[in-house]
Amino acid sequence: MIRCLSVFLLTAALAACGDARNHAQAVYVLVDTSGTFVQEATKAQVVVNYLLGTLQPGDSLAVARVESRSFTEKDIVAKATFDIRPSQANAQKRAFRDTTDGFVRSVKSSRYTDITGGLLQGAEFLNETGAGTKTLIIFSDMQEELDKITMRDIPMNLKNIRVVAVNVVKLKTDNIDPRRYFGRLEAWQKRVKAAGATEWVVINDLERLDAVLGRR
Amino acid sequence: MTAQAWMIWPENPALSFVTLAVLGMVFLYAARRPVHELLYAVGALVGGPLRIGGRWLAATAVAMRQRNKAVLLAHGRQEVGSRIEREFERVEAMVRRDLQGYPTLQRKLLDEITRIEEDYRKCGEVPPPPPDWVEAVAAVANVKSGSEMVQSILEEIKRSVDKMHEKTLGEYRGSCETRHKILEGFMPFWRSVDKTLTSVDKKLAELQNGASAVDAQMEKYEAINAGTDKAEQMLTVSAFTQFAVALLVMLVAAGGAFINFKLIALPMSEMVGAGDYLTSSLRTSEVAALVIILVEASMGLFLMEALRITHLFPRIASLAEHLRRRMMWIALVLLVTLAGVEAALALMRDMLIADKQALLQSLATAAPAAAAEGWVGRIPTAGQMLLGFILPFALAFIAVPLESLIHSSRTVAGVLFAGLVDGVALVLRIASNIVRRMARVLITIYDVVIVLPLLAEHFAKARLGTRRAAAGKRRGAVDVDDSAHQVR
Repeated sequence: MIRCLSVFLLTAALAACGDARNHAQAVYVLVDTSGTFVQEATKAQVVVNYLLGTLQPGDSLAVARVESRSFTEKDIVAKATFDIRPSQANAQKRAFRDTTDGFVRSVKSSRYTDITGGLLQGAEFLNETGAGTKTLIIFSDMQEELDKITMRDIPMNLKNIRVVAVNVVKLKTDNIDPRRYFGRLEAWQKRVKAAGATEWVVINDLERLDAVLGRR
Repeated sequence: MTAQAWMIWPENPALSFVTLAVLGMVFLYAARRPVHELLYAVGALVGGPLRIGGRWLAATAVAMRQRNKAVLLAHGRQEVGSRIEREFERVEAMVRRDLQGYPTLQRKLLDEITRIEEDYRKCGEVPPPPPDWVEAVAAVANVKSGSEMVQSILEEIKRSVDKMHEKTLGEYRGSCETRHKILEGFMPFWRSVDKTLTSVDKKLAELQNGASAVDAQMEKYEAINAGTDKAEQMLTVSAFTQFAVALLVMLVAAGGAFINFKLIALPMSEMVGAGDYLTSSLRTSEVAALVIILVEASMGLFLMEALRITHLFPRIASLAEHLRRRMMWIALVLLVTLAGVEAALALMRDMLIADKQALLQSLATAAPAAAAEGWVGRIPTAGQMLLGFILPFALAFIAVPLESLIHSSRTVAGVLFAGLVDGVALVLRIASNIVRRMARVLITIYDVVIVLPLLAEHFAKARLGTRRAAAGKRRGAVDVDDSAHQVR
């Protein structure tokens, strides 16, 4: 009832003008496929399915893999900007789910982990969508490994982007010395914040996804 | 600043305090008159405008009440006038209907009465003719009996008389029987007359009721015209009741509108898109749904106006008959169309929800829930469609309580506002009194603070008065001595 009343009042107030802000949401999911982390890809599918269930018509979603060198469109597994009509958006989501299902089944392990390249590619995609809320989800252990010729010591631009690290599993070395794990996360936080990101969140319990990603 | 800064002699706080108190008292005593005047002036400065404001508001409240009364009586006069008009129309229709058939009824009654009279006349009892032979019988009876011849003659006469008697008696009985038959034939006519008279009685009673209703309304009208307090109170109570009832109905209607909104908000996103927002939480599709509901309510309003059930728009009421009818049909067609659109949207809503549910189930990789098969599974869909079709027509009737609400709100708001103004006037008057009394209290407190110098002044004045009196006495005694000396 209150909502109905507010709708009525706001209609009267905003009859002549619309909200200039873009209320669409764009999410870019980076899935680490390096080493043994490739086995966690099925969990990434859960995250993608959750996003498909919560994203609204008009929102954008992309899923990309993190490989030895990830700053390329070829690593984008699936991407879509959902139609503004709910029925069409649902059809697109079904197709998206089929594509990501296929990717998860056929994913192969990569030798190196170029997280920075993936972040750069993701930021580029998110900025192109022009969405009001931009989220970059990294499904990785956050252990970056680059070959000798790959140059990633460059400044990133993650302005107005929220970065969420999901399922940051502990490595064997982290178990020996937890300071390595915390140090790694801290280093990424500093780097991401320095790049202008609005928020840095780490979620290891997938049940908490709703609390973080539910916010617009 | 330390706590000892006020002390003249920091090592002796008591002496410092006493010294300061004495100095302060002296200063306050010296400034007593101007301070008193200042406090009086401040009291008058603040209290005066408050009192004037209170009076002005009280006068405004009285004027508002008078204005409210005038409006209320005018409205009541109009309303009761229209009711009297309707009663007269009803009585007129009744009189026309009943009196139209009255000549026929009268003719029928007269015919029946004439026939009854004729029949009555026919059934009058005719006394049997006096027997002519009675005297002959008497003469024969005087004849001396004894001879056989006389006896046989008498017997013959007796036989003849018996025969005639039987014949006369038979004729008399036949005549009675005929009269009874005629009387029996009266019954249907009596019944018809009784029925006709009952019908006349019923119609007259109806007419009398109508006349009583007109009388009651006329009494109200006269009371309103006279502008009595009773009429005002009656109209005010009526307005409050009307307002409460209309408000209640409007709330119920708002509930219906909310359900309607819920039914079409989601499917509207399929038409206008779900990605457009007017504010951070208000989608264009929701506004579009609300606009449709408001358009339906407007069409309902126009329909009620065109049907002359409500009178919110004088322009519509004064339209020519053919234009009014045209408008009524247009409003009805639009309303039916919108109701059809809503029914379709309700169906689409059901489909969209089912589609979304199926998608979520497939994403959750859980086995889909068994959907209700057959006609049972279609009941919610059919119910939604039916609701979507019916609600616009139900919303159309909002016009009636809306009119009542608008009309009665003038009275209710007027009474409440006048009460509010009166309340504010009272508060201002109380505040004015408090301020003036406060000034007096402060003056008294001021005098209490400088009570020692005031006591000293009092004693000084008293002593001065005593001295003056003594000097006066001495001067008086000297004057008496001088006058005595002069007399001597």
